[in-house]
Amino acid sequence: MTDAVAEQSLPFANAVPGAVLAADAAGMVVDRKKLIEFALHLRNHAGFDYLSSLTAVDYLGFEGRTAADRFEVVYHLFDTKKGGDGVVLKVRLPENDPQAPSLVRVYPGADLQEREAYDLFGITFTGHPRLRRIFLWDGFHGHPMRKDWKEAYYEEEHKPFGSRWPVGNHKWAEDRVPWGDNVSFPKGWDPATFQPAPPPLPTIHEPPWADENHIATERIIINMGPQHPSTHGVFRMIVALDGETVVGLEPECGYLHRNHEKIGERNTWLGNIPFTDRLDYLSSMSNNLGYVLAVEQLMGDKGKPPERAEYLRVIMAEMTRIANHTWAIGFLLNDLGAFFTPALYNIEERELLLDLFEAAAGSRMMCNYMRFGGVVRDVDEDWLTRARDIIFNRLERKIDEFDTYLTGNEILMARCVGVGYLSAADAIALSACGPQLRGSGVAYDLRRARPYSIYDRFKFDVISDDGCDVYARYKVRLGEIRESIKILKQALDDLPGGPIFNGKPGYVTRVEKGEAYGAVEGPKGELGFYVVSDGSDNPWRYHVRAPSYINLNTLGPMSIGYKIADAIVALGGIDIVLGETDR
Amino acid sequence: MFGTGILKGLGVTLRRAAGTFIDDFARVPSRYTDVIETAQGKLIRQPTDAKGLFTIQYPEEKRQMPENFRYIPMLLYEEDTGEDRCTACGICAKVCPPQCIWIVRDQDENGKPITRPAAFYIDASICMSCSFCAEYCPFDAIKMNHDYELATYDRYPGLILNKAELSVPTSYYAALYPSAWAEEERIRAEKEAKKAARGKKPEPAAPAAKPAAKPAAAQPEPKAAAKPAAPAAAPAAPAAPAAKAKAKGGHWSPIPADYSGEVIKSALPLPPVPAEGVSASGISWSRIMALREKQLASYRERRKAEGKEVKL
Ligand code: SF4
Ligand code: SF4
Repeated sequence: MTDAVAEQSLPFANAVPGAVLAADAAGMVVDRKKLIEFALHLRNHAGFDYLSSLTAVDYLGFEGRTAADRFEVVYHLFDTKKGGDGVVLKVRLPENDPQAPSLVRVYPGADLQEREAYDLFGITFTGHPRLRRIFLWDGFHGHPMRKDWKEAYYEEEHKPFGSRWPVGNHKWAEDRVPWGDNVSFPKGWDPATFQPAPPPLPTIHEPPWADENHIATERIIINMGPQHPSTHGVFRMIVALDGETVVGLEPECGYLHRNHEKIGERNTWLGNIPFTDRLDYLSSMSNNLGYVLAVEQLMGDKGKPPERAEYLRVIMAEMTRIANHTWAIGFLLNDLGAFFTPALYNIEERELLLDLFEAAAGSRMMCNYMRFGGVVRDVDEDWLTRARDIIFNRLERKIDEFDTYLTGNEILMARCVGVGYLSAADAIALSACGPQLRGSGVAYDLRRARPYSIYDRFKFDVISDDGCDVYARYKVRLGEIRESIKILKQALDDLPGGPIFNGKPGYVTRVEKGEAYGAVEGPKGELGFYVVSDGSDNPWRYHVRAPSYINLNTLGPMSIGYKIADAIVALGGIDIVLGETDR
Repeated sequence: MFGTGILKGLGVTLRRAAGTFIDDFARVPSRYTDVIETAQGKLIRQPTDAKGLFTIQYPEEKRQMPENFRYIPMLLYEEDTGEDRCTACGICAKVCPPQCIWIVRDQDENGKPITRPAAFYIDASICMSCSFCAEYCPFDAIKMNHDYELATYDRYPGLILNKAELSVPTSYYAALYPSAWAEEERIRAEKEAKKAARGKKPEPAAPAAKPAAKPAAAQPEPKAAAKPAAPAAAPAAPAAPAAKAKAKGGHWSPIPADYSGEVIKSALPLPPVPAEGVSASGISWSRIMALREKQLASYRERRKAEGKEVKL
């Protein structure tokens, strides 16, 4: 965060008397009793209509913190109309009473994020309508993101582990786990007597025809997933149906949960870069970029990449967007039942881009390409020739082909037009991002709203479409591919020579004490990284604002009232990747 | 009009199908441009101007891997002396994000550490192929191998690679990474020139001969003959070089046809090398196969005794 935020926050500081306890460049500390009132003021009168990220930090043992302010809930609010830097609110909570008021009524998009903070930190959000665990199972012991929680295969607080060198006799990972498996149970816990909580039932929205005289249909609850081809991985929807009509829908996730953030706090700063590849594994370059941008904010001059590296970053990020959108469009068609022909046509273009990633970064999907202060490998003439060939000569032709093939296709239109309606106001309130938000006519794109890297140098349009349905999201994606091609052409033409790394690469990263929120407009939406540093080699807190996860807020509202088959299309329209959703 | 969209779409499919055949026949005898023929099959790079669908008939045909491709690390040893480049400094073990590198630093009789590894393991089932180890190794001792066919029947010990399984000669690396190798050699030569210019005491004779002997093709005598001689010349590494004998063939990465050096095939775990004393459980590939065969045979017998023929 910049000093501009501190200045900006001053006008609101006195809006609600006594709400702001302290303010500095990193944000405003707000009294939890006044939080809702203050948030309402910010939303209604100051224009901060978008709750982007909500997370918690455990400051147990942090310098200058005591049990009275051990936990902190951090809110990042932004303005979707004006763009620019947002405001950061913080609520400090004591160890013995970790309760904060729920912001769900002010920002409905807080729903899933508050449940995540409750699950991983054990912070109770009073007033939340469905506060229960989301990633972990109900019987899980403890709250793993707390600093005093240790995993069953715990070795040391931080990497590198001392057992690897100089005397590193290999131990099989399974042997290092004390119980031979990696689950720990509380004392006295007995699996035989454990009663899991009854499965959650979705809130039922009575259809408007409920008391009309219509053909009698039965109310049933069905589980879609986790093993269901349309859920794009292991994701489960608990759907309440009236006949074939969805009357309630509850997303259930966590099947792929590995506590990425805890791993991230054990890792060194550098060691997290390849782990970000595994979040949204379809767009690892963007993930890398988001993370390095966040950390570079805390690195001073060392974190300034040279020109060529900036261009390479943009080139890679935009290629990622194309690769991701071709995949998203292809698989949306799969969900519609156009089994694999469109998907394969789309993937073909993606393959060529992945070939480029492989030649530049060494891997097709797990790119691990960006470093703090630059990128890791330069590209050579052969690479550039091939890239130019693909970008200038091939892609546009192919995108036109999709356009002919799909956009006017009656089946696509019959299944997508008017399906998954999400109004602009709802999309903002539910913290939707990316094509999900822009497909509702909100032209909010971080590349414009808060330009990062060198995006302010390129000419491109922010694509939005006020169709508010899946078809609009499809068109936004197609349009974004064209805009990315535009950016790529400019970047490839202007690519300067020179070094690709600031200084000499080293494996130790010096990160100043402080905190930073870095966000990029990833292919799926706003991908944010919130990092807190205590000045050591490892992050104190490493949080990922995952667009696929937060976009799931909209799944219920989008599907209710439609047929069950349309709920699948709505989910396909969000374009989730479970590696990022579940983290 | 209803149906036009569908007809247009079908037109695209039809064009694609025709394009595939045109691509096939336009480039007789080979369907693709830029193909490298090797004894292990064709290496193909996807053309950017193909109109139809592109298919690689794996495993007869494989993709050409770019130089930067990374899979599992490999350890380099000097071709001529047989000496490991690794000094057991431990940087790779520290920087490895999932902490899958395990190094035992060697000691002399008095328990003083020597700059060479006594054992070096990489748990390939945990390695995330990030290449940090290769990036930050100050001695260019660890690099990323291109061999991705690592499937085994067992994770342990099949995927726990020990030093013998990881080691490759520098010429192998030079063939796999021609431009990186040239760059490293250039920097090394520069450094040495600087050292010499500063009037330091001259290098010992043996290491000075190193760069000259570098290209693998320049060494016509068989490696096996060169190996046993090496330890005598380099008393620092008595045990290691003997363990370096590797199965040849099977690696298809773009190695020039005239390459005469060794090629490892790490897809199958090699039998434990006595000099290393690793593969903790002592189970080797051949033993597992033998056990499996035995089991299958007894199963067949039993079923036969029951009067039921088995097709396996
Ligand atoms: S491989 Fe390189 S970094 Fe690792 S211990 Fe050996 S010399 Fe050090
Ligand atoms: S490639 Fe990465 S994960 Fe694998 S051994 Fe090297 S540093 Fe570790």
